[in-house]
Amino acid sequence: MDTTEIIVTLTGLALSAFVIWYFFFSARQTASAVSTASGVQEVDITVKGGYSPDVIEVERGKPVQLSFYRDEENSCSEELLMPDFSIRRDLPAFKTTLVELLPQQAGTFTFTCGMGMLRGSLVVK
Amino acid sequence: MEPTTKTETLDIEGMTCASCASFVEKSLTRTPGVQRAMVNFATEKATIDYLPTQATPATLKQAVVNAGYGVTERAPDTSAADRQAEIDQQKALAYVKLKRRFWVATVLAIVIMPLSMLMLWPAMMARVNMQWLNYGLLVLTIPVLLYSGREFFTSAWNGFKHRAANMDTLIAVGTGAAFLYSLAATVVPGWFMRRGIMPEVYYDTTATIIALILLGKVLELRAKTQTSAAIKALMGLQAKTARVVRPDGQEVDVPIEQVQLNDLIVVRPGEKVATDGLIEEGRSAVDEAMLTGESLPVEKKTGDPVFGATLNKTGSFRFRVTKVGADTMLSQIVKLVEDSQGSRAPIQRLADKVSAIFVPTVVVIAILTFVLWFDLAPVEARLPLALVNFVAVLIIACPCALGLATPTAIMVSTGKGAEHGVLIRNAEALEKAHQVNTVLLDKTGTITRGEPAVTDFVPAEGQDAAQLLQVVAAVERQSEHPLAEAVVRYADTQQAPIIAATGFQAIEGKGAQASVNGQAVLIGNFRLLDEAGISLSSAVRRQADELLGQAKTVLYVAMNQQAVGLIGVADTVRETSAAAIKRLQGMGIEVVMMTGDNPQTAAQVAGQVGIKRYFAEVLPADKAGKVKELQAEGRIVAMVGDGINDAPALAQADIGLAMGGGTDVAMEAAGITLMRSDLQGVVTAIELSRQTIRTIKQNLFFAFIYNTLGIPIAAGLLYPFFGLLLSPMLAAGAMALSSVSVLTNSLRLRSFSPAKN
Repeated sequence: MDTTEIIVTLTGLALSAFVIWYFFFSARQTASAVSTASGVQEVDITVKGGYSPDVIEVERGKPVQLSFYRDEENSCSEELLMPDFSIRRDLPAFKTTLVELLPQQAGTFTFTCGMGMLRGSLVVK
Repeated sequence: MEPTTKTETLDIEGMTCASCASFVEKSLTRTPGVQRAMVNFATEKATIDYLPTQATPATLKQAVVNAGYGVTERAPDTSAADRQAEIDQQKALAYVKLKRRFWVATVLAIVIMPLSMLMLWPAMMARVNMQWLNYGLLVLTIPVLLYSGREFFTSAWNGFKHRAANMDTLIAVGTGAAFLYSLAATVVPGWFMRRGIMPEVYYDTTATIIALILLGKVLELRAKTQTSAAIKALMGLQAKTARVVRPDGQEVDVPIEQVQLNDLIVVRPGEKVATDGLIEEGRSAVDEAMLTGESLPVEKKTGDPVFGATLNKTGSFRFRVTKVGADTMLSQIVKLVEDSQGSRAPIQRLADKVSAIFVPTVVVIAILTFVLWFDLAPVEARLPLALVNFVAVLIIACPCALGLATPTAIMVSTGKGAEHGVLIRNAEALEKAHQVNTVLLDKTGTITRGEPAVTDFVPAEGQDAAQLLQVVAAVERQSEHPLAEAVVRYADTQQAPIIAATGFQAIEGKGAQASVNGQAVLIGNFRLLDEAGISLSSAVRRQADELLGQAKTVLYVAMNQQAVGLIGVADTVRETSAAAIKRLQGMGIEVVMMTGDNPQTAAQVAGQVGIKRYFAEVLPADKAGKVKELQAEGRIVAMVGDGINDAPALAQADIGLAMGGGTDVAMEAAGITLMRSDLQGVVTAIELSRQTIRTIKQNLFFAFIYNTLGIPIAAGLLYPFFGLLLSPMLAAGAMALSSVSVLTNSLRLRSFSPAKN
């Protein structure tokens, strides 16, 4: 093995390790819902290459209103799926789309884009 | 008569302080016809009581606008339709942009390709300055990258910032790497030459991959819009206007959004019914195919319900509005289908797990492929070989097909189901239905009509049947008993002339008496005649026993103290039941019946429709228990029922099917609702489910096999054995085709039509 090969191999392994850590093990952005006077838990979510925040904490039994603002035109994020709540929505670009639901059971419920690539989760406590 | 007032709630826009609210309130109060107006600044709502004879919602809005404020349109379905229209418009625009980007990439790729191939002809190469040619190719490739392919890069970058990787990440990294390498080879070729590497460029790879991926996207977008065609068609069925009869008798066409509860609406022949209501006047045949899938028009008369979006055929009628907007049957169906399209089928779980970790894993595989090729290939070719395989792995592994496999099939089939009057609550129900091997039918209302009908009309010897029927019908027309209604319906179908009866009297628990043409008539059970001291001839008695033996209810008819005939009444089997049951049995499904009736009646009906196993004398509370009993035998049970008392059994079953006009409770408990009271719907539901699951399995197979085989080949696994490498351009072509083929396969479900006997 010459020096170049050693450098390429080590760089490759380091890059792979970075990819695995970056996408699977790094900390997520968590946000808790804000309750309004009328008892609705509101959360604003920006959609741009992913959901921010992507972990949303809400309380059980209270209505939740998620405002998705899609800040891009890329087709990957044009659909929103929340299978546990039977919700499929089109998110128009540069518009806010309201999604209302009533979480009745505690647990973690995933929401994704139409193809399941972009992911976020609703943690019901 | 006191004039009736109506109440309207408006959402007011643009109020900044409490005085604005009082300003709007004043403007509304001054409007003619307004009796009371209240404006709440905090909720931004105005509640107005007004006389519909003098004011309309439109004049109220105008009053708010005159005061300098706005009114937000609130009608739920209007805003939903508007929203949909906006989304559609945006999608159409996106499609046009995408096509433009595709054509730019294609045209440039067509120019770049042959220019890159020049080096294949040594004679040409000698004449062309390689360096200048590379610069020329660079200039041609830049627009492909920055205009056509820009979205991949921005999306990959946005995703990267969110620690999310999607298909764009793969395309961006792949084409980006090929481009950067080529750029270096163009700008500093000497650096490569000094290390014994030919400074090759991959501009053709970059441009072609982008063009092909965009082609895939164009085809995908076109196919995707077709998956929700059925639901869009359903939404488009709604009537746009309604002809409302004002209290003064004047008929006015108004937009559908302005129709209110209790309005009286006229429907003329050939017109659409505007919304849901009850007929007050007139009769007609109405085509309800859009809601029930039943192609034959349904006869409607005073008191019958009509539904919005159905088509009035022959007659003209007036109906009173009972439901508007989101409460109508059509809106409910649209909502249900939309919900089911948003749900996830359990079969999708594996694909979901895979796609969640897919992209980063592929990136790692691609990096390792690069390292291995770099380390193992001959020194002079190691960099280009490592690069080409790195790009090929990234491009071929696009997970689009995997992500599209299940949802597209579910979307097409739930829409298709709605078209045939089969409403599927969620994808899980659809998936469950294909596993069913036992169908449990509740007899009354599913196999049978659920209402009594005359099966035998037996005049005693020497009696004229037609004349007797007239007399009997004359008495029964005055009764409200369900058995009497059955007799009247029978007389109507026989077109018996209507004659009058006088002195009608119902005798609780026994029957009725009246006088027709001066003769005293008695119709009722045996006790009625017995107590009146009328004896039966042996012939009549024998005939009665025969009817009772067939588990029928017998009505005895007497005229002038003499028994003159018998009427056999029973709950009749629907015409379609036997055929549908046979069809289910033909599909390898055992059909079991349960009923609250005695074993004799149960055996009679079961025999009539070809059912071998049945449970008789089942109390409503025990129905769910019977489902459990079958499940304990290891069966996967579909329960079909129509009443409130079926709800526990519907919920207990592996899949519940609530039947036509079923109660809301039954629909709530069921996974599938059949809009039509006909067992054929059960066949349709199970066939549709089987076909859908087959399609999904094919899709998943194609998507998985494609990625599991594609990645190792792209990584160069075949090279040591066969010297085969996958060109990144070929990988791009295959990748574009994969999602298109999955979509096309799902769209094949559009041709589904239930088998009829």
